[in-house]
Amino acid sequence: MAELAPARAEASALRVSAERGRSPLARALRRLLQNRSAQLGMSILAALVFVAVFADVIAPYAYDQQIRQPGLRRRSPPCIHVLGCDPSKPQLLMGLDSNFRDLFSRVVYGARLSLQIGFVTTGVAVVIGALLGAVAGYLGGWADALIMRAMDVLLAFPSLLLAIAIVSVLGTGLINTLIAVAIVSIPVYARVVRASVLSVKEMDYVLASRALGASDVRILFVRILPNALTPLVVVAALGIATAILDAAGLSFLGLGAQPPTPEWGLMLGEERNSVFNAPHLVFFPGAAIMLTVLGFNLLGDGLRDALDPRRRV
Amino acid sequence: MLRFVLRRLVLLMPVMMGILLVTFTLLRLIPGDPCKVMLGERATEAKCAAFRERFGLDDPIPVQFVRYVGSVLQGDLGTSIKTGRPVVEVVAERLPMTLELTLCATLFAVSFGVLLGVISAVKHNSLVDVGAMVLANLGVSMPVFWLGLMLAYVFALALRGTPFQLPPSGRLTPGTDLPSLLKAWGLEDAQGVARFALLLLSNTVLLNAALQGRWDVFLDALRHLILPAVAVGTISLAVIARMTRGAMLDVMAQEFVRTARAKGLAEQWVVLRHVLRNALVPVVTVVGLQVGSLLSGAVLTETVFSLPGVGTQMVDAIIARDYPVVQAFTLIIALIFVVINLIVDVSYAFLDPRIRLH
Repeated sequence: MAELAPARAEASALRVSAERGRSPLARALRRLLQNRSAQLGMSILAALVFVAVFADVIAPYAYDQQIRQPGLRRRSPPCIHVLGCDPSKPQLLMGLDSNFRDLFSRVVYGARLSLQIGFVTTGVAVVIGALLGAVAGYLGGWADALIMRAMDVLLAFPSLLLAIAIVSVLGTGLINTLIAVAIVSIPVYARVVRASVLSVKEMDYVLASRALGASDVRILFVRILPNALTPLVVVAALGIATAILDAAGLSFLGLGAQPPTPEWGLMLGEERNSVFNAPHLVFFPGAAIMLTVLGFNLLGDGLRDALDPRRRV
Repeated sequence: MLRFVLRRLVLLMPVMMGILLVTFTLLRLIPGDPCKVMLGERATEAKCAAFRERFGLDDPIPVQFVRYVGSVLQGDLGTSIKTGRPVVEVVAERLPMTLELTLCATLFAVSFGVLLGVISAVKHNSLVDVGAMVLANLGVSMPVFWLGLMLAYVFALALRGTPFQLPPSGRLTPGTDLPSLLKAWGLEDAQGVARFALLLLSNTVLLNAALQGRWDVFLDALRHLILPAVAVGTISLAVIARMTRGAMLDVMAQEFVRTARAKGLAEQWVVLRHVLRNALVPVVTVVGLQVGSLLSGAVLTETVFSLPGVGTQMVDAIIARDYPVVQAFTLIIALIFVVINLIVDVSYAFLDPRIRLH
């Protein structure tokens, strides 16, 4: 024990000096890569991105292709050759759905769609929310009051309910669902950015920049907003998970994506009455949603632990 | 304390006005001619004129808004375009189901969530802890409607014939007869607020059965609520468990807990009386934040279990383009949400005196 202690101290001193030599970004990345929940989340997401990108290669059939062969019933259960399924039958990893389509292919194409839904809605909401929050925090006064009260009102609705109401006005469909989900997630980002802007806008380096004659736009975008990036990234990662769940929920209710789109929520909604005679049709799309959401949640948790200085113990 | 509550109530006014503004605007944002949208493309010009007259659509927008706020304050939520019924009656019919479901789900989530969190914190880093936290992570990521369908499969089909079998759909076993309280108490000619209140009570099946002493129906209704409530509550259960665990671990590291142990207090009393009590404050906040997700979950889960609540009604109304119904339910749910948040704020201030000062 006694001989080990100096060696350990030396090792930790080495680690400290190694940390010191890197940029803050590199240090944050290092911590992120060492975080167990982030590792798991990133592995899941990497696999999903791979599936989404190579969906055309991975999926044995097109998502709307009907497979009609003798011996194949509507809602046939999975048939996997290595697990002892009759090799004369075509291999169906997740079985057939009610329209004779290969469920596995549809789930694979669904990965592409769900990731797009998550990134697009969250991207739009982050940009709009960040702008609103930045303007509110930077200008203060009536602009702040007006913008933030509007955000309070949006937050006064349970988000899915508001999204349903917005879809009822815009009409059903995937695009309108995405708009609705994006609108209801704006307030969260506006609040995060406003808080960061308020915390730095009176700091010396901002005042110095103003004294040097920098314009408001330059001060806001170059000096202030980069400070809001850290909390924004954390909230956005968790926000993608919520956006995917909400969009799937709307599609499940029949208000979002329309058939034959391979959207996981819609697939669940279409097959929900088959749960007792063909449970595989309900199990796989839901498990896919869960896995995707889990990936973003784990990544978000890991990002928070790695980026939040208060949690660095 | 009273001043705190009053100030919160005053602060609510602008938010309430904002909610009214949003629900009012919803109807005005419908693309195209509202008459053609609601009455159908083939509506005649005369019919449309009468329609616009009835809904005051020719008046300036501010006038329309003031009239809307006025009628909402009088309890008039308009009439359903499809059925011609007053929307208030539809609300009295559908809202209790959703509230019952949300309440049962909340009870489930809070009781089991806190229990799981406490066990995880006490057995920190044990197999139980790791298992509970893995479950919590999965729970947060599950779509409620999927969990509902899987529960229905397991408890209605896989466990059929065992004592654990549970009904997968409906509010009561078909054929069960539970008269409304209006009939049971001979108050069929009640009007206005009394009628609305009685309808609300009647459609709160658990309460209605209890009031009429029909305990067989009560148990039947409860059995039908178990699966949906578990489905709706699981996400919140996971969030509450994680929060309880974190808060318990924070408190356990503090000096006064060491003191309590040092003076020889039995471990279960240290945990229950000192740690849990102090850990509950952040937990209550999280419960409050979960109300929105519980309400949304209830709306989604009703579809799975064919329950006659707000969710199924809203989806039907949206597909039928019955906008006054959509508008009314959006408004009601938002108001309930705001009131529950107020209650949470107040109870938070009750638990932690420091809050009242700010």
